[in-house]
Formats: sequence, structure tokens, C-alpha cells
Amino acid sequence: MAIIRTENLTRRFGERTAVDGLTLEVEKGEVFGLLGPDGAGKTTTLRMLCGLLDASAGAAWVADYNAAENADAVKDRIGYMAQRFGLYGDLTVEENMHFYSDLFGITGAERVRLMAQYLEMTRMEPFRNRPAAKLSGGMKQKLALMCTLLHKPQVLFLDEPTNGVDPVSRRDFWTILYQLVEGGMTVFVTTAYLDEAERCDRVALMNQGRLIRSGTPDQLKSSLDEVCYEVKCADPRAVRERLQTQAGVLSVEPAGAALHMFLAPDVPVEPLRSLAGAGCSFERITPSLEDVFIALIRKEEQSAGKRG
Amino acid sequence: MRSRIREIVVKELRQALREPRMRALLFFPPVLQLVIFGFAVNLDVNNARIAWFDGDRTPASRELRERFEGSGYFTVLAMPRRDREVRDLLDHGDVQAVVQILPGFARDVDRGRASVQVLVDGTNSNTASLIASYANQIVTSFSQRATQARLDRKLGTSVPTNILPVNTASRVWFNPELRSRTYFVPGVIVNIVMLVTVMLTAMAIVREKEIGTMEQLMVTPIRPVELIIGKTVPFAGIGVVNMIMITLAALLVFQIPFRGSALLLLASTLLFLLTTLGLGLFISTVSHTQQQAMMSTFFLFLPALMLSGFAFPIQNMPAPVQWLTYLIPARYFMEIVRGIFLKGTGFAVLWPAMLALAVLGTVILSLSVMRFHKRLD
Repeated sequence: MAIIRTENLTRRFGERTAVDGLTLEVEKGEVFGLLGPDGAGKTTTLRMLCGLLDASAGAAWVADYNAAENADAVKDRIGYMAQRFGLYGDLTVEENMHFYSDLFGITGAERVRLMAQYLEMTRMEPFRNRPAAKLSGGMKQKLALMCTLLHKPQVLFLDEPTNGVDPVSRRDFWTILYQLVEGGMTVFVTTAYLDEAERCDRVALMNQGRLIRSGTPDQLKSSLDEVCYEVKCADPRAVRERLQTQAGVLSVEPAGAALHMFLAPDVPVEPLRSLAGAGCSFERITPSLEDVFIALIRKEEQSAGKRG
Repeated sequence: MRSRIREIVVKELRQALREPRMRALLFFPPVLQLVIFGFAVNLDVNNARIAWFDGDRTPASRELRERFEGSGYFTVLAMPRRDREVRDLLDHGDVQAVVQILPGFARDVDRGRASVQVLVDGTNSNTASLIASYANQIVTSFSQRATQARLDRKLGTSVPTNILPVNTASRVWFNPELRSRTYFVPGVIVNIVMLVTVMLTAMAIVREKEIGTMEQLMVTPIRPVELIIGKTVPFAGIGVVNMIMITLAALLVFQIPFRGSALLLLASTLLFLLTTLGLGLFISTVSHTQQQAMMSTFFLFLPALMLSGFAFPIQNMPAPVQWLTYLIPARYFMEIVRGIFLKGTGFAVLWPAMLALAVLGTVILSLSVMRFHKRLD
């Protein structure tokens, strides 16, 4: 059963269409990643799902409630952590938590139990009396997460939660998220990091307001019609220039010290091998999510260019 | 619902009162402002600086000068001899007026047709008219005495005559010494309370927008009305405390009379705070940053100050401007505060002003609440 569902969800800001006919479904208990470059419309989508923005067209349902018509019912069932989560810097960790508990009406023994549980889960217990302004980036994220969890939401919306957080804290953060999902929560996360997308059960790629493709990370990787080769050679830049202009070569992208070359299906690789020179090694690889992402966006933009 | 409001209030007060510096900032500057402005708002003329141009140099002219100096209103700073010096003194602002006595003054007094010229620097029209009227008083009494002396000489005996048959017997009520400070200090109280509460409210809400907590509050079950009440009640409290503190300062430092009911003043203060908090809230709904909120506050504060009757009597304004003042809450509170402080006026007289405040407050607050959506756009 889908716990989040959108139908042709659209939002325009004046002339600009930030989200364009988005239709997707998220199952209960999933970690769903909305992936896309900056300005793709991820945050706008999230805000519409949380009932913070009205849609220009289409509709969204969260936990069986229409996000626009029943915004208050939706808000009772979701947790939302904005990109720049607002913590009161001059209040301590505990005071911030008390404040949100009160807003959500969590009182008495329940509050004591939840606060203790979350402080332990996030290993924030030693910092309970520290003002939020004096926490590190990773700890701030954890505190923000605790504050959004106090009313035990069914769905957790996270807007680029680990932006600007160091890798260790990031891993910590994801460990916590998995614990929550085990407890039955659905997590909807936006991200521009591809490694983070790999951690999701399902991913939707978004570019310029449109949904390009969705599926599990593995599905996405094998969904590519193109054939991908890793090319290693002494002078990648010169080889790249030579290969790029050949018929059937869709793109050649630098990937570390090597190159990733995308060929249209059924294009023979042998002529390219001799063109590149003897010093080069060609190896057929399974594309990474990043390769898929770049290839899909390239296709999308090419077809948009043709249309325009 | 009540607990959510209470928590916002507690949080707001916690944030406002946490740091000793912030605590001091909330309460100390208003009192300091009152004391400084209280000393500054004074239109009385004491010891006006004048120059004395004596073209006659007779006992009569000297006697007139002694009367000027003895009056307490004037200090003779210079005794110029030439017209050019007179000009220079006025141009540089060294003196505020010049008294010119023409040659033959004593002789003309005896003949009953002398004249004294008083040149007044009219840059500040208010001071100028006060100086002119004080000078006029002194010259009149001098001339009265001179006439008496002339009569005595003619009759050979002293018969006290009333040379001016009709006298005005004015008695000044409410401010018998006509101290302008007594009139202005209650107005300063109004201005300080207005500025502090409008600004604090606007800033507190816009700050939540700036640091991003507003977006977070919007996804909690809190309702807009609860948020608004929770955000405004603490500042109403701070406004009342400020009002009490600066009222006490006004009474202690400036010995302003307080003839009316303190309870009535408190009730009116609450009504006035309704309008200022509403205004602060309104500003916060149209501002995205604290700078914008600050600018908007000052844009609205200045007309409110000018049209409140604080310095310029409303009755002297042209009719269209007078109509405009009916929209200014400070106008009514100014009337109430002055009435209670200086005249001891009661509810029977002040209720229309209080009603106006209640109506304006309700309108501004409702408008702001309507504008205050729980949406981001």
C-alpha cells in the first residue's frame, strides 16, 4: 500500500515551473530517495507533500490524507526536517526537545521515555545541556532529527539532511535512519549525493522539475541501454577528444584517472580501441548510479533540446 | 492548546531573558531614553543670550538694562557699538536677540513717545516668540513706571494710578508653572513604549523566519492563532513592565504630576499594546529579514510620532491631516496619558479614546492574523 502518492503534482512560481507533472508512489516502510541536481525541484516537492506549499495543479496524498486539503492531519503524521533545520541556538539540546514535545503535546512519562531513548540512540546524552549553537554540524542534524521524531511520525521527510556534514557523522545518521525504518517508519529523503542515493531502497531521478526515472538503484543501473566502458590510458584528455567525435559514442566522461565511455547499443568497440592507441585498456563495466544519472540527464536535455 | 501557547511564551521569555546582556537591553535603554529625552524636550527659555546696543547711555537706558538682566530671562553677553557688530552677533548665533536703544531715549521717555527695538533671531520660531513676549513684558512694566513718574512730577505728589484700566487675571490649571517638560515627558513615555513593543514583536517573528524555525513550526500541530498569541503575550508583558519603569522614572526624575488613576493607565496601556503588537505582527508578515522589519518599523514610527500630537498640536493641523491622525493609535494614547498624568481625567472623559484604541487594535490584529498564513508563500 502506498503511503505517499502524487498525481501530476505541479508547482509554478510565476513563469517558472519548479515541479512539472510529478507522479510517484512510495510504499510503507521504504527508504525513498529523490535525487537530482540543485534546482531540480526536490525541495518544492517536499514542501508540497508536507502541506507547506499549495500545488498549482495535481495532488498529493500522505498517509491517506490529501496534503493540500487536510494539511493539519498530514502534519500530525509526518516529521519534516528542512534543509536548514531551525534550532533555537540559544536554547540547550534539552530545551529544544522540550519545546517541540510541548508543541506536539507529548507529555509526562511518554516524553521522558522518548527523550531518553532518542538521546541514547543518537549518543547525544553527554551534550544535553549544551546550547544548540555550540554543537557540531553532525550533532545539530541529530538534534534536529530527534525534534522531528518526538511525535512518532509515520513518515519522515528529510531535505538534504547530510548536506555539509562530515562522512563519519553521515554514516552515523544513516545508521539511525535504518533503525527507524526497522521500527516501521517510511523515510523520504532528497539528496544530491549519489553515494547517499545508493543507500535508498528506491530512487527517483529528477531534473528541471520532471521525473526522469525511478526504481531500485540496481534497476536504474541495469536500465541503461547504453554500454559502458572504462578506458584507462596515459593521456586521458587527448583520448577523450578523439573518442568523443566518433559515431555511436554518446559521451566520454572523466571518472577519476580513467574515462567512462557510453556507446549506443550495438556499436562495435574494436575500431575505437585501435583509434585510442595501443597503450589504452578498455573494460566493460556495470555503470554506477552516477553514470546512470549523468547519462539520463544528458538524454533528457538532448530530447528537450530537440523539442525546443 | 493552552499548553502549546504556554510553551511558546516560556520559550520566548527564556530566549529574551537568558543572557544578562539581553535582559539589560530590554529594560535599561527605555529608562535611559526617558531620562535623556526628558531633559532634552524642553522649550522653556531661561537665560536667553542677548546683546545690548545702547545709543543713548543715560540713567534711563541703564535702568531698562538692569530690568532685563534682573528678570532672570536674559543675560546680556555683549555691548556692541556699531551696526556691523550687531549683524555679526546675530549671524553667528552668539546671541538670540539684540535690544537697540536709540539716541535720545531718555528725552523721548519724558515726552511719552520713546521706542525700543528688539531684533530677534527667528530661526527657531518658538524660542523667538517667547523671547519677544518676555521682552515685551519688561518694556511694558518699565513704561508703566515711567508714566507714573511723569504723572507724579506733573501733579507734584504721588497718586497711584492704574494706567491700564483692564487687567487680565489668568490662572493656569494643570501646569501652573507652564513647564513644557511637564507637557512633553508623558508623550515621551508613549513613544518609547510604542517603539519598543512594535520593534520587539516584529523582530521576534522575523527572526524565526530567518533562522528557519518558522518552516519547522509550520509542520507542527500548532495553529496560527496559538503561535501569534504565544509570540505576542511575552512582549505585552515586557511592554507593561517597561511602561511601569519609565512612568516611575518620569515621576521620580522629573517630578511630573500624576493626578489620575494608575489602574486606568494600566488598562489603557493594555489597549494601546493591542495596537502596537498588532502593528509589529503586521510588519513581520510583510518582512523577510530583520533588516526589512527594522526599516518598516521606522517608516511607520515616524509618521506615528509626527501625527500623534506629541510635539505639534493636532488642532493646528489642516483638516485632512487631522482626519489622518484618527488612524494613529498613539494619538489616542497620548491624549489618555496626558489626561491621566496632568489633569487626573477619569474614565468618563477618556472612554472614547479607549474605545478607539480597542477598535484599532482589533482591526490591526485581525488583519495581521489573516495575513499570517501557515504557508510559505
